Amino acid sequence: MRMSKVVRTAADILFPFVLIFGFYIVVHGHLTPGGGFQGGAVIATAIVLLIAAYGYDAIARRITKDALRNTEALGLIAFIATALVALALGAGFFYNWLAGTGLLFGMPVGFGPNPGDLNTGGTIPLMNLAVGIEVLGALSLIVLYMLSGTQEAA
Amino acid sequence: MIVFAAHALVVAGLVIAALLVYRFRDLLSAAIAFGVFSFLLSLEFYILQAPDVAIAEAGIGAGLTTAIYTIAVRGTQRWEETEE
Repeated sequence: MRMSKVVRTAADILFPFVLIFGFYIVVHGHLTPGGGFQGGAVIATAIVLLIAAYGYDAIARRITKDALRNTEALGLIAFIATALVALALGAGFFYNWLAGTGLLFGMPVGFGPNPGDLNTGGTIPLMNLAVGIEVLGALSLIVLYMLSGTQEAA
Repeated sequence: MIVFAAHALVVAGLVIAALLVYRFRDLLSAAIAFGVFSFLLSLEFYILQAPDVAIAEAGIGAGLTTAIYTIAVRGTQRWEETEE
């Protein structure tokens, strides 16, 4: 079920912007409103936009259910692994072992009111990324499964 | 004053959209009305200074839930059966 050329062109133009906005929400989760769940939902909305414009068959050839299921599992594993590394380092579960170390996302937070530095937060941006990957896989998977169910019935 | 007027409009729209979801016998129209309800609800969250929840509501409620309901209506039947 393909939509008209107008809808497909509009979806083509909108898709990268929605995608970038979703990734912006995920990556800036520790600075601005939003986070992993919200950004993942926005990215899943972009995929649903493509499905609505191009139909299930054209999308299911490129984005398979297995790939989305692996995406979801990868996000969950990354989330738990980030928390487990803290245990391996001798601290508590979910301990923020990257904060203040000067490594990735490890810069100290500036004092007082400031616009915010992306390179802060320790493990929180990593966990936001993991949750974003997980949610984008899971929500797209739900829509694909709903569509494949109705496809067999019709 | 303008903020109060916008707030009142959004709440009134919320009530109207919720009543429409209840009244529609055409389930596709009800799904679209639910999308409008979710959109207004996300505006309401933004006015109440919860932009975090507003983004989640706009993505999940207005985007994905409407799509899922539309797919469900396509898979089953469009009109609600009247009870005798």
